[in-house]
Amino acid sequence: MEATLSQLAYLAPSSPEEAAKALAAAGARPLSGGTDLLVQLRAGRVKPDVIVDLKRVAGAIGVRQEAGGFVIGSATPGVLLGEHAALVQAWPGVVEAANLIGSTQVQGRASLAGNLCNASPAADSVPALIAARAVCVIVGPSGRREAPVEAIATGPGRTSLAQGEFILEFRLPPRPERASDAYLRLIPRTEMDIAVAGAGVSLALDKDGRVAEAHVALGAVAPTALLVAEAGQALLGGKLDEDSLGRLDEAARAACRPIDDKRGTIEYRTRIAGVLARRAARIAYQRAGGQV
Amino acid sequence: MSKVHVSTTVNGDPVEFLAAPGMTLLDALRDELDLTGTKEGCGSGDCGACSVIVDGRLVCSCLVLAPEAEGRRVETIEGMAQGGRLHPLQQKFLEHAALQCGFCTPGLLMAAKALLDSNPEPTETEARYWLAGNLCRCTGYDKVIRAVMDAAGELRQERTA
Amino acid sequence: MSETLEKPAVLPALTVVGTRPIRPDGADKVTGRAAYGADFTMPGQLVGKILRSPHAHARIVSIDTSKARAVPGVKAVVTGADFPDLASEVHEGGESASNLRDLANNVIARGKALYEGHAIAAVAATRAEAADEALARIKVTYEVLPHVTDVLEAMSPSAPVLHDHLFTEGLEARPEKPSNVAKRHRLARGDVAAALQAAEVVVERRYTTQAVHQGYLEPHACVAAWGQDGRCDVWSSSQGQFMVRTYCAKILGLEIADIRVTPAEIGGGFGGKTTVYLEPLALALSRQAGHPVKMVMSREEVFRATGPTSGGVIEVKLGAARDGRITAAQVEMSFQAGAFPGSPVGAATMTSLACYDIENFLVTGWDVVTNTPKVAAYRAPGAPIAAFAVESAVDELAQTLGLDPMDIRERNAVVDGTKASYGPVYQNIGYRETLAAARESEHWKAPLGPNQGRGLAVGFWFNIGGESTAAVHIAEDGSALVVSGNPDIGGSRASMAMMAAEVLGLPIERVRPIVADTASIGYSMLTGGSRTTFATGMAVVQAAEKVVQTLRERAAKLWETTVEQVEWKGAQAVCLDPAKADKKPLTLEALAAQAGRTGGPISAQVSLNAQGAGPGFGVHICDVEVDRETGQVSVVRYTAAQDVGRAIHPSYVEGQVQGGVAQGVGWALNEAYIFDGDGRMENPGFLDYRMPVASDLPMIDAVLVEVPNPRHPFGAKGVGEVPIVPPLAAVANAVSRAIGVRMADLPLSPPAVLAALDDAAA
Repeated sequence: MEATLSQLAYLAPSSPEEAAKALAAAGARPLSGGTDLLVQLRAGRVKPDVIVDLKRVAGAIGVRQEAGGFVIGSATPGVLLGEHAALVQAWPGVVEAANLIGSTQVQGRASLAGNLCNASPAADSVPALIAARAVCVIVGPSGRREAPVEAIATGPGRTSLAQGEFILEFRLPPRPERASDAYLRLIPRTEMDIAVAGAGVSLALDKDGRVAEAHVALGAVAPTALLVAEAGQALLGGKLDEDSLGRLDEAARAACRPIDDKRGTIEYRTRIAGVLARRAARIAYQRAGGQV
Repeated sequence: MSKVHVSTTVNGDPVEFLAAPGMTLLDALRDELDLTGTKEGCGSGDCGACSVIVDGRLVCSCLVLAPEAEGRRVETIEGMAQGGRLHPLQQKFLEHAALQCGFCTPGLLMAAKALLDSNPEPTETEARYWLAGNLCRCTGYDKVIRAVMDAAGELRQERTA
Repeated sequence: MSETLEKPAVLPALTVVGTRPIRPDGADKVTGRAAYGADFTMPGQLVGKILRSPHAHARIVSIDTSKARAVPGVKAVVTGADFPDLASEVHEGGESASNLRDLANNVIARGKALYEGHAIAAVAATRAEAADEALARIKVTYEVLPHVTDVLEAMSPSAPVLHDHLFTEGLEARPEKPSNVAKRHRLARGDVAAALQAAEVVVERRYTTQAVHQGYLEPHACVAAWGQDGRCDVWSSSQGQFMVRTYCAKILGLEIADIRVTPAEIGGGFGGKTTVYLEPLALALSRQAGHPVKMVMSREEVFRATGPTSGGVIEVKLGAARDGRITAAQVEMSFQAGAFPGSPVGAATMTSLACYDIENFLVTGWDVVTNTPKVAAYRAPGAPIAAFAVESAVDELAQTLGLDPMDIRERNAVVDGTKASYGPVYQNIGYRETLAAARESEHWKAPLGPNQGRGLAVGFWFNIGGESTAAVHIAEDGSALVVSGNPDIGGSRASMAMMAAEVLGLPIERVRPIVADTASIGYSMLTGGSRTTFATGMAVVQAAEKVVQTLRERAAKLWETTVEQVEWKGAQAVCLDPAKADKKPLTLEALAAQAGRTGGPISAQVSLNAQGAGPGFGVHICDVEVDRETGQVSVVRYTAAQDVGRAIHPSYVEGQVQGGVAQGVGWALNEAYIFDGDGRMENPGFLDYRMPVASDLPMIDAVLVEVPNPRHPFGAKGVGEVPIVPPLAAVANAVSRAIGVRMADLPLSPPAVLAALDDAAA
């Protein structure tokens, strides 16, 4: 018999191992920022027996620099990311993506892990993390493992995590010089909406300002966020001329497999994905020091 | 049903209450602590009427479980005026007529306070985007933003005085 | 009754009216102390919840509540069978008449579920969880019927019929068969067919709008207690405690005086709280349970089950001469009424051409029921929809003729002495002055940037007067209470205090306004129709004047002179009697202190039915910028000029203008009810029902034009509703001009704008 809200149990483990153990039970559900879980609880869409609050687990909240890259605790709210000067400097796209989720209030709580594992196709932080080639450190009953961000969501509301597994932290790779990223999304208002389409672009330039590395990921245009290899390739070796941007746009659109729903039509989402990919590429390029 | 015992600090006062694990901080404030200044407008984090400040961070209390408040510092609208003296934001809201029905006002004031605590000199655009999570249906936001900008100026003056 | 009224040559000098004091209830509202509907508790109260229909249209075959009653903690369960069946009876409560039978059937279904969300049963229990469990155990057998949500589909002969007893009213002959068309409204003048034929230019187009919700932040809430002696107490936030009392009495079969309704502070209404949803259910549950019952709607319930306003289809055909003079106007509108008749299409018919002096017109309005929530009033009900279509058509006409949109409004403007399209002869209107103010504005002259467009639109609302009661009491220390029965939804409390202060000669700090319960003040019509400052203000002023008369009489008594020899000035009685030159002025405090000795308490109550409310006109200018690659629209500048008669408290008048504009912008750009194929609302929350947020709007410049209404002691006209009338067209005209394509369907969501851009390019 499913627990009603009043029969729910609440646990707040302090170590990753404790958390994994607590999450191993069939009716257990992790709580990170809570900005998705509480909405679902109230609507009766999820009915867990136990809520395992991950925020008090050692290492769950915080940003540190390690081995040239960054390690971000999985329950770190977006607002904290924005307060880390070095992270903002190296990964402005990841930070702005996390800080587009919801409102100021939501950004004070919503975490990268929650955003990723809730597995909404439109999750804002995910395309930016994928474009950044971020990796998740996962803790579970059988120990730790790593997986790229794009391997986590398998469909709307579904992840590849096994029962008892949770994301402990995200690792962002070291950044070469002349590299930057950007994330853009389209929403009908100026704030507060779920993305109709989103594009994350991460670029690294050579000393002549040519694109040496390019990763493009799209959100809200498929059951999961997509890493679009062809879109990145379209930019390689160039300086974001009209021709390569055109091929980027085309590749982005070709990869789209969206649905028609109350937030957008297939046609509209696909078209916008191309527009956003272009615009995000331009911003990332300029941030990386390129002259457009 | 087993309730969780929660010890927390609200507006500087230590308080305790029993909460069903699935109870939100919003419900706990209103129903267990009789602090009805914080409002429920939607229950899903989309309107900001339930905004409070937890450990210095602006949050929607409808999206925080009551047990999560354990050991934390919670600030609500009831704690904004100190010693019978209105906070400059509260005063400016009144002077600028930045409220009509007043339902969104507690949440807006909490959000505005959090804004000015983190950015004492916001531009109009920064203020508008920061406050985008606080819906107001009565005012069209014009006088709200004016009040916030005016209060920002007054607080800056108080600091330098 | 016709009367020629003179405009006062000079406005009298005023000390309080027209200033901007801090509102008297302000401190409570900024500190969280003000108590709204859900903030009140009664000892021993139960939690009440509602079971709602999952079907848009279904016959209720049976309801079995036995298992629900058995849930521990459940103290009451009610269904439609627990309420008396009412005969059809029309009640004039607010701006629109209400059929009490329909209202009762909307509160809880009888026989049929008519929309998804329709209340089928209600329970009261000691805990919310028990109430939820009880709801889950109520067994309802439905026979699902075909449903219809689209207004035109509902009008077609093959549509599923909602009510067997509904035969279209307003036609030349009563139809043989029932249908979903409740009524036809019609206004006509001259010979529109001939005039259209003869016109030098004709523009014609169909416009559509979607259902939108008032969007108040506070969900409906009440606490109700049915006493052992049959006397009831209700605490609720509404736009009219007397309306709540009347409706509860009728729906439950009680005597009106057996119910006392105390108004909570109200977190927004905009017309949506001029009816009842919860109160009769809470009372019925309380009667069964023997305990008070508290009921609070969730946001989802607010969307699924409380009145939006209509979506509509409007066809406009205008005929004009080359110089811009409109010679013919034909308007046909079909509005969704929701599950029961009563869309605002009648008011829309009347307001649609109210700004124009046209010799030949035919305006037709169809009130059509649909399997959607019963519509409720929304700020100038019906007028924004009609204005969207007419103002877009006039804009198109201006473009076709190569005329300035301001000039074409001027050329056809109504003035004092014009017979309005809806009947009366205009007197003391400020439409021309408002057009002039808009034309003189900096905004109108400012240049536009790339991808920007500017839209002009005008609007009208009647404003009403109606019944109000107010009392003024002087306390023993000379402080004053102003008591009235109108919930304060926009700052009216402040205005009441200001007007009383002005008459009494007191500073506003010494005048306390109170909004009283139904047992403590005489009857007042609800707060709506932009009537409170006008009608209740009038009652307040008259009561204050009576108090002043009493004070003069008391002074006369003390001075042993006649009341004619006593002047009231600066909150003092001044002796004019030459024979009593030694008499120093008596302050209000001094007279109050001696009230008992001079005749008794100093107090006056006035009940009236205010006539002569002045209609209002608005002229709006909106600049938008369009992102041509995505179709997104930003409103970059907005100016709203309005004839307000006299701004009692200018800040709150500006606030009404700005708030109405914001709602209109949301209506134009992003708000809409989305229904799925089963007639279920897909977006019953603030995430996907997209109201404007702070970053969506610029500062809104409210320009207050004062052409006083001589019928009001201070010249006030109603102001709250006019501001929402022009924005739909102001925004649409701006977008149309920015992209070069006429936008005729709301909302102007980015995909719609992008599609229009594609059409233009093709």
